[in-house]
Amino acid sequence: DASDDNEEGSAVENEENAKGTDKGRKRATPRTRRAHARGRDRHGDEDDEDDEDGMRRAGHRRHRNRRRGRAAGNEASDSDMEPAKVRKNQANKKSKEDDEEDEDEKGGKSGKGKNEKKGDKKSDKKGKKEKANKKKKDKKKSGSGSDSESEEEPITEEELAKLKEEVEEKKKLIATLRNKPWKMKKKLSVLKEAQLFVEKFEGALGKGKGKKFYAYKVMMTKKWMKFQRDFENFKTACIPWEMKIKEIESHFGSSVASYFIFLRWMYGINMILFGLTFGLVMVPEALMGKPYGSLPRKTVPRAEEATAMNFATLWDFSGFAQYSVLFYGYYNNQRTIGWLKFRMPLSYFLVGVGSIGYSFMIVTRTMAKNANDDGGGDDTSFNFSWKMFTSWDYLIGNPETADNKFASITTSFKEAIVEEQESRKEENIHLTRFLRVLANFLALCTLAGSGYLIFFVVRRSQQFALEGLENYGWWERNEVNTVMSLLGMFCPTLFDVISSLENYHPRIALRWQLGRIFALFLGNLYTFIIALMDEINLKARYFLPFTIFDRLLGNTEALQSLEEEKIVKYNMTIWEASLYNGTVPENSTAPPIQVDPADVPRGPCWETMVGQEFVRLTVSDMMTTYITILIGDFLRAVFVRFFNYCWCWDLEYGFPSYSEFDISGNVLGLIFNQGMIWMGSFYAPCLPAINVFRLHTSMYLQCWAVMCCNVPQERVFKASRSNNFYMAMLLFILFLSTLPAVYTIVSIPPSFDCGPFSGKTRMFEVISETLEHDFPSWFGKVFGYASNPGLILPFILLMVLSIYYLNATSKSYKEANLELKKKLQSVRIEN
Amino acid sequence: AYKRFSELLPKEERENACSARVPKSQILTLPELRANPFRHRICRLFSTSETGDDSLSFEDFLDMLSVFSDSATSDIKSYYAFRIFDFDNDGTLDRNDLEQLVNCLTGQGEESGLSSAEMDQLIQNILEESDIDKDGTINLAEFQHVVSRSPDFASSFKIVL
Repeated sequence: DASDDNEEGSAVENEENAKGTDKGRKRATPRTRRAHARGRDRHGDEDDEDDEDGMRRAGHRRHRNRRRGRAAGNEASDSDMEPAKVRKNQANKKSKEDDEEDEDEKGGKSGKGKNEKKGDKKSDKKGKKEKANKKKKDKKKSGSGSDSESEEEPITEEELAKLKEEVEEKKKLIATLRNKPWKMKKKLSVLKEAQLFVEKFEGALGKGKGKKFYAYKVMMTKKWMKFQRDFENFKTACIPWEMKIKEIESHFGSSVASYFIFLRWMYGINMILFGLTFGLVMVPEALMGKPYGSLPRKTVPRAEEATAMNFATLWDFSGFAQYSVLFYGYYNNQRTIGWLKFRMPLSYFLVGVGSIGYSFMIVTRTMAKNANDDGGGDDTSFNFSWKMFTSWDYLIGNPETADNKFASITTSFKEAIVEEQESRKEENIHLTRFLRVLANFLALCTLAGSGYLIFFVVRRSQQFALEGLENYGWWERNEVNTVMSLLGMFCPTLFDVISSLENYHPRIALRWQLGRIFALFLGNLYTFIIALMDEINLKARYFLPFTIFDRLLGNTEALQSLEEEKIVKYNMTIWEASLYNGTVPENSTAPPIQVDPADVPRGPCWETMVGQEFVRLTVSDMMTTYITILIGDFLRAVFVRFFNYCWCWDLEYGFPSYSEFDISGNVLGLIFNQGMIWMGSFYAPCLPAINVFRLHTSMYLQCWAVMCCNVPQERVFKASRSNNFYMAMLLFILFLSTLPAVYTIVSIPPSFDCGPFSGKTRMFEVISETLEHDFPSWFGKVFGYASNPGLILPFILLMVLSIYYLNATSKSYKEANLELKKKLQSVRIEN
Repeated sequence: AYKRFSELLPKEERENACSARVPKSQILTLPELRANPFRHRICRLFSTSETGDDSLSFEDFLDMLSVFSDSATSDIKSYYAFRIFDFDNDGTLDRNDLEQLVNCLTGQGEESGLSSAEMDQLIQNILEESDIDKDGTINLAEFQHVVSRSPDFASSFKIVL
């Protein structure tokens, strides 16, 4: 190609008036010749037009390749040289220019990566400058334009339709050109040809009066596509932390990087949750609700006022922090607040439900996407081939990692070969089975032990609370949180040791490990919640919520609590009465005496308490993770590096050595953290905000720690198989964490003295209230009919049936696939 | 990408970067390719140089990046992967190709390679798995069939500048 260009270029150069020694020009003209030839086939009179198109297009193409180069020179000289006829009208011309830039970009896209798009923008700017130049040339060409117009009239309807088809075909070709495995030059020439064709005939299709409008429409479509592309560029540039992750990828491979990508995805979800709670719940209350100090529920009680501003209290999330927008108890139960008539309780309820709904939706959607990529399952039929063809990670840019990767590939080949040979042998099944049973038993013991420990610790903390927290030091106060975090740190290592008994294939061992850690965390969390509920029950006998066990045992404590509540209310009335100097007013009409809200006796507020516990847990979890990273990774690395000189054995290879990045542990930690957020965000709207902060800082800290203290893993695992596994766990956790919140919404009466639902018998009554007041009456009727169990049950039945049907069809497809494969083989063998 | 390409050229040629060809030795200094065991094949594959010196022009460079980018379809990637693995350029992956492939993957050192018995076993297994028509070689269709089932292929066959 290049040689052709040069030859023809020298021949042509004599004809045209050169504007300088533009190499581009030389190159441009041969393209014109070719376009010229092609154009002649289709439409004899429009040769010159083709020339000019070709020229300009060639100019643009060179222009794109050079990008900052002498494009300006090219285009001016192109237009000068060509004494060609041009198209029908000005509008088309302008659209062509846009069009060329667009299609240059389009064509350019077929060969470019991300960075190159920036260059395209520059070429656009240059192209626009050239438009000014071109307008001058228009006059020259408009004369010839009229000639070409007259020759176009006799195109019949059939030809029109055929043309339309061909244009569509060419357009499709342009769109799919990117996907064809051709060489760049071939792609470019095909693209140019197709573009030429579309160009020429697109104008022709819009005939007569509609011409201008059609051209305008075409131009707008192209402008719109350009805008979309720019917007996508902008979006890609906005993805946070892209460079950091890329660096990690090149050092550690794609599996470690997948953790960070997961972290970033979580960050996105939390940002949205944060946006919802902040924007729709906290901000309206802060701006439009009654200010601090105006209501009893919004003020720090007199008793606590002394310590309310202490840092220790604030860190513990009591004091001022407790009586603020951060927690459930602050919100007033007024139906509408402010001049906007913002319905606070409704908004609170809907945000809670909405954030859970949104999380479900997005997790399921990501799972579906992953499942698509996965190819539908865990196929081990191509074990060796995959190892061979896909095990090299092309993102690795670091020689050290590459060496590691080589070693791991070698080991995995050897292992796979050995395993294949072994699987044909008989092994000592009984011993293995016995060992496995033993290992499982040990694991169960550990789980039970940790559950009991948590229960015990929570009970103890209740006792401390009863006896007054001031008598005890820091440990007793934070016992629960620290114990939970410590368990989370040590038990997984224990499981690791146990699993060495089992002698499984590494991937299966990993699954067992993950499953056990999962069970550990889950058990801990639920024990914690149950103990908490118990505590609520026992602590002050005014509390209302019943535990699940109580219900099951038919405990009448619930009824007792109701009685207690009445007692409290009665007490409060009496107290009020005492303000009127001792008389007990029945139906009193005396003017209410102004009492400082801080002095009003407060009823219990279990929702805020639960919210507080979750916030404390999150904060302590965060602290534990950071400290573990600092101590476990950083100090260890420092120790190994500097003490290696004066130690008996080689620290770097021997016992401590540098730590590897524990992907599964970190991912599980992340997932459980998210579970806690989901559980607690209904009671403490500040929780997503805290989590956003936590994820943000944790991203930076972990990126730094990984690059600084960790070494690439020896056994390099592909993360993609586990991807859906993590998503499945996330979904499961989401489901489990919404259960408590949903239970409380549906069954437990809210506290009478705090929160946006106080005074109602059930939290969801806010919906029915809204329906009554704000919607027309027929709406309420329709809703009533829709929520009739008679309608819902058949609906559920229908869904179950459709799930079953889809499952059956997918199974049958898989089998059909297998059959086809076998057939292929047999056909070939016959041949 | 243009910037990266022109950086590879010696100073005096930078003006003509669009038309210049970068010699293979320079290409191999790119950090993304440095550690890659297939770098020679990649250069050979994408080079359109008539002299056969495996130098890359800017268009070849773009070609390469486009194949390895995120937005390339799996079809294109598998097509090019096949050609990379086809060491003798005969359009099929036969025993020799596979042997060379394994050697590339297991590193260049003496002690890190597989013994010949292991190698034979390995190639035997591979051919059993992927060779559908049992002709002893793997052609493009079989290769694409195997590789399209793999969940890791698209994510590992990727280079981002």
